[in-house]
Amino acid sequence: MRIDWNAVMLTCRLALVATAALIVIGLPLAHWLATTRRGARALVEALVALPLVLPPTVLGLYLLLLLGPRSPIGRGYALLRGHGLAFSFEGLVVASVLYSLPFTVQPFTAALRSVDPALIEASWCLGVSRWATFWRLMVPLAWPGLLAGVVLTFAHTLGEFGVVLMVGGNVPGETRTVSIAIYDAVQSLDYASAAWTSLGLVLISFIVLSLMYVLQQRVRVVSQWATRS
Amino acid sequence: MRTLLRSAIAVMAASAAPTAPAADRETVLVAAASDLRFALEGTAAAFAAQQPRYEIKASYGASGSLLAQIENGAPFDLFLSADIGYARRLVEHGQAEADTLFVYARGHLVLWVPARSPLAALCGPEAVLRDPGARTIAIANPEHAPYGRAAVAALRSLGVDSTERGRLVLGENVAQAAQFVESGAADVGLISLSLALAPPMKERGRFWEIPQYAYPPIEQGGVVPTSGRNSAGGRTFAAWLASDAGHAVLERFGFTRVQAEHP
Repeated sequence: MRIDWNAVMLTCRLALVATAALIVIGLPLAHWLATTRRGARALVEALVALPLVLPPTVLGLYLLLLLGPRSPIGRGYALLRGHGLAFSFEGLVVASVLYSLPFTVQPFTAALRSVDPALIEASWCLGVSRWATFWRLMVPLAWPGLLAGVVLTFAHTLGEFGVVLMVGGNVPGETRTVSIAIYDAVQSLDYASAAWTSLGLVLISFIVLSLMYVLQQRVRVVSQWATRS
Repeated sequence: MRTLLRSAIAVMAASAAPTAPAADRETVLVAAASDLRFALEGTAAAFAAQQPRYEIKASYGASGSLLAQIENGAPFDLFLSADIGYARRLVEHGQAEADTLFVYARGHLVLWVPARSPLAALCGPEAVLRDPGARTIAIANPEHAPYGRAAVAALRSLGVDSTERGRLVLGENVAQAAQFVESGAADVGLISLSLALAPPMKERGRFWEIPQYAYPPIEQGGVVPTSGRNSAGGRTFAAWLASDAGHAVLERFGFTRVQAEHP
């Protein structure tokens, strides 16, 4: 039995980088979705939710065409970095960001929407800038929901398979993630490695989700206590 | 919270650094046809014993899928196809170095049944395929796997009706077809001799070679793609595979040597 630790490290790295990128992209997008009254909002929300319903192969195919050597993006990147985006770690990051987008933006939007608009408007009327209102009022109040978004994004990226297989292939040390390593081990008839690695993934996912729920519970208790006193 | 964030950032920064290669060893990334799944491990070990400078890392798949990956820029240093036609196509499209095209072996097709199956007591591939117990046949997907095409041709020339719905179970590649029959999901499998001779399959089943006249020869060939990052390493390993030492290992896995003809 061999557990592919390279794949484990690579998957953690991918999930961390993708989650960080999605926090940066997801916060402003969710803020816009939570506060705008424009008609375009419905279209943007639908676009964000698309990866939830599309088969990973569809997303993978478009990404492959978009990142591959025949597209301007792929060629431009190859000129800059000396290698293409498809079948590289950077390509996987791009793919994961798109694939996990709804898992970040939807909880973020719901959390920001749950903040009482009266408080936000009161803050603005008191002359606090939109930027400061966002960071000092909305983010602290929406904290449990934002945390849920971050954790879901991380956990979802850990287990992604179809898109990774299409965009990343199965390059050891570069794009062979844990889920691909499990698939590979099964084809090598190495059921023991596949089963142990799978068990590890189940445990990590369970621990991460439990941590989130425990933290959320504590945040809720603290905020209840704070409003009572 | 702040310390937690800080340590998370530290972990990210540390892991973002490229993983250091083990003591100056050069990695050679090989895209290998699935029939090589076990054979290449043995070959790579023998190669590493002679050339400790290199470390072979293999990625397995159906030859057609690997071709598609390389055409889209996957960074492989050597492509070992189960069908030399795919390797030739890379050369024709200017995505591989023409002088590196080589035949490394001829592959063989076998009919495999699990040892616990009553079919294992029968006396030959024709008898097994005609037995009502052999309802589902696992083969590799003929669309992009050379062994799948060989299997379809063999079934046709042995007069087995494979058009009936649900008779054929398609694996993405020949190793997955082997896994289907090994796990009992399919009754029999048409797989490569190299997989049937590999330790995990050898212990668990029985196989018969399909006579060569029943399917077109499986000429396995390789080439060094231009998209690789270590073409020199790819060439070195290719040259070693074509040498007597390389063939000695491949022959243990049932491959036959093809006398040097101009590909």
